[in-house]
Amino acid sequence: MTMRDALNLALKEELARDKSVFLMGEEVAEYQGAYKVTRGLLEEFGPKRVIDTPITELGFAGLGVGAAMVGLRPIVEFMTFNFSILATDQIINSAAKMLYMSGGQFKIPIVFRGPSGSAFQVSSQHSQAIESWYAYFPGLKVVMPSTPADAKGLLKSAIRDDDPVIFMEQERMYGMKGEVPEDEDFTIPLGVADIKREGKDVTIVARSLTVPTALKAAEELEKQGVSCEVIDPRTIRPLDIDTIVESVKKTNRVVIAEESHPFCGVAAEISAEINERAFDYLDAPVKRVSGADVPMPYAKNLEQLAIPDVERIIAAVRDVSYL
Amino acid sequence: MATQVVMPKLSPTMEEGQLARWLKKEGDKVSMGEPLAEIDTDKATMEMQALSNGVLRKILIHEGDSAPLGQPIAIIGEPDEDISELLKTAGEAKPAKAETAPEKLPESNAAPAVEEKAKEPEPAANVSGNGGGVSARPDGRVLLSPIAARMAAEAGIDFKALQGSGPGGRIIKKDIETAISSKRERPAATTGLRPLPRSSEKGAVYGPSAYRDEPTSEMRRTIARRLVTSIGPVPHFFLTIEVDMERAAEMRRSINELYPDLKLSINDIIIKVAAVALLQHPQVNASFQDKTIRYYEHADIGVAVATENGLITPIIRAAELKSLLDIPGEVRELAERARARKLKPEEYTGATFSISNLGMFGIEEFTAVINPPEGAILAIGAMAAKPVVRDGEIKVRQTMRVTMSCDHRVIDGATGAKFLQTFKQIMENPLYLFIG
Repeated sequence: MTMRDALNLALKEELARDKSVFLMGEEVAEYQGAYKVTRGLLEEFGPKRVIDTPITELGFAGLGVGAAMVGLRPIVEFMTFNFSILATDQIINSAAKMLYMSGGQFKIPIVFRGPSGSAFQVSSQHSQAIESWYAYFPGLKVVMPSTPADAKGLLKSAIRDDDPVIFMEQERMYGMKGEVPEDEDFTIPLGVADIKREGKDVTIVARSLTVPTALKAAEELEKQGVSCEVIDPRTIRPLDIDTIVESVKKTNRVVIAEESHPFCGVAAEISAEINERAFDYLDAPVKRVSGADVPMPYAKNLEQLAIPDVERIIAAVRDVSYL
Repeated sequence: MATQVVMPKLSPTMEEGQLARWLKKEGDKVSMGEPLAEIDTDKATMEMQALSNGVLRKILIHEGDSAPLGQPIAIIGEPDEDISELLKTAGEAKPAKAETAPEKLPESNAAPAVEEKAKEPEPAANVSGNGGGVSARPDGRVLLSPIAARMAAEAGIDFKALQGSGPGGRIIKKDIETAISSKRERPAATTGLRPLPRSSEKGAVYGPSAYRDEPTSEMRRTIARRLVTSIGPVPHFFLTIEVDMERAAEMRRSINELYPDLKLSINDIIIKVAAVALLQHPQVNASFQDKTIRYYEHADIGVAVATENGLITPIIRAAELKSLLDIPGEVRELAERARARKLKPEEYTGATFSISNLGMFGIEEFTAVINPPEGAILAIGAMAAKPVVRDGEIKVRQTMRVTMSCDHRVIDGATGAKFLQTFKQIMENPLYLFIG
C-alpha cells in the first residue's frame, strides 16, 4: 500500500469511527484532494463531513479551532504546509494556546495536515521544511511519518488526540509503498521513536524523507564495516529523547539527518539534548546533515545539492567514526 | 576535510623546530600515523607523523626552514579539495604560545580538556599536527573525547601518556580501549604493586626531578595551619614498621657473589626500594609549598652521610630508574667526596626524600628530622636476628625497623602508612625489583 492510500485509510476509518470527526480544506471534496489523499471520502461521508473551503487558510483554520472548541474533531488539510504560513496566527495564537489561556476549559482536538518539505522542482516558496516552526511552540504536537504503516498509525492517534496536532506528510513520499496493517484498531502512540535499523557504531537520527536515505546509507556503510543504528523519532514534539540517548550511550557517535535548514532546526535541538543528557558518552562531536542554508533552488541540479543525500550521510558517519 | 599540519611539540622544551627533511612530496598519499617529515628540535631530530588521511596537498615550509610551535607547515586533504581557504588562514595563523617553564609538567593536563575552538586560526580549519609521543598540543592542552575521559577515569588509565588517534591528536574511545586491553595483557599482580619504571641506561645522568605543583586544597591548608601552631613549622609525625630482611639479605649475598667488586650494601637496596615505593605513592614524594603542593616526577633520594664537620645528604637522582649495579658506586663516590668536602651544591640540595641510616651503630630504631622542604625522611635501624612468630611458631629472622618522619602538612597518617606497606612489601619480596 502507498503512503497516500495508508493516509486515506486512516482518514476513512476515523471518519467512520467517530461522527464528530470532519475534514475540510482546499479541493479535499469534489477534486478528491490535490494529492488524492482524500479520494472517495466525499462520496462515502457526504458534504457535511468532507468540506471544500475557499482559498482562505487563515479563515478555515480559525473555523476549525472554533469547531474544536465546541467539541468537534476537525481535520484541516493544507494543500501544502507552505500555505499554512498564512494560517499561523490561528495555529500558534489560538490552537496552541487555548487550553492554557482558558485555564483548561477548552481543549482543541484538531489535526492540521498536509504535505511539507521539499517537492519536485517547485522552487523556494513551495518547497521547504518548516517543522521547527511548529515544534517551537508549547501546546502543539508535531508528527512526521516516514513509512506507510507509521503514517496510518500516527494519523489515527493524531485524530484521537485531544491536543492540536501538526501532521506533516512528505510530498515526495506519497507514492512510497510498504506493508500497512488493515486492523482498524492499529494505532501508534505519539511521542514514541522507532528504531528503523539496529546498529552499534553510529546512531543516525532521521525523520520523514531522510529516513529512507539514512537506511540506504546504513546499508552501504555496513559493507564498509560501520554498523549504523537508524532512529526515527516519528513525533518531533513530544520528542522521544530517551530512545535517542539510549542509542547514543551504546554507539557514542551521532549523525542527525534532516531536510530542513540547519539554523535553529530540529537537529540543533536534538544535538543540544544529547549534549545535556549524554555528554559523557560522546566520542565525537554530534554531526548534522541538513538541507542547504539557502531558499530551495528551482534548477534540478541545485535542488539535488540542497537536500541531504546518501553520500553526504555516509561522509558524516565516516567523519564521526574517525574514518 | 582538508586539515593544516602544524609544527608539533616534540620535546618538552622545544619552542620552534627546523624542518630537516620532508619524507613525503606534494601529491603523495599519506595515512594517519605515517612519518611525514623529520624535525630538528632543540634536543634531537625526530620524526613527525601525519594525523589525518589524504594527500599531502601543499608544503608550506622548505627543508632547512624553522617554524614556531603551532605554525602551519603543510596541508593534507582530498586530491580535488579546495584548500584556498586553508592556505589563506595558514598565512595568517599565529603560532601557539610556547611553554616557558621547561622543568614543569603542563599543569593544565590535570583536568580532561576539550578542544578550544577559539584558539584555532579559523573555525572552519581543523588544525592537525603534533606527531610526538603524547597528545598535548602546542598550547599544552590534551584533546580528549568525553567518553574517552570517562573510560580512562573508570579504568584508571593515565590518558596523558596516550597518543590520540582522532583529529588533531584527540584521544578517542578506541585509544582507551587499546590501552585497557594492553593493560590486561600483563599478568595481574595480586600485590597491588605497579610495574617498575623502565630502568635507565647505564651511565645516564639525571638533573633534579621534574615536578608539578597542584593548588593546596582548603582542607590541606587547614591541616597545615593547625598543626603548625601545635608543633613547630614542620609538623612531624612518626610511623614505624618492622621489615623481615631475610630475602633482601639473601639477595644482597647472591649479587655480591656474582659481582664481588660491587660491595652492594643493604642501604643501597633500601635506596632503590624506597625510590620505587615513592613513585607508587606520589603524595609522599612531595613537598609543601604553602599555596601549592609540589609533586615530583622522580625520586631524588638524599642519603645522610656523617662527616667530621657534620651531616650532609648527597643525592641519588632518579633513584627509581637506577640499577642496583649503579647505586653502590654512586653512593660511595658521593660519600667519599662529601667527607672530602668536595660536593657541588647541586649534589646535596633539592632531594625529594631522604634516608638516614644508623644501623651500623647498632641503633635499633630512631626518628630523623625532616630536611625541608622535603615531605619525609626514613630512619633505618640495625638489621639483626630476632625471634619472630611465623605461622604460630617462634623463628629466628633477620629483621629491621624503619621509622618515617612525615610532614603532616602534605602527608597524612594513612598516606604514610600505605607507603611503608609498599616499602615493606617490596623489601620482603625484593625480586620485584627485577620484574618490569
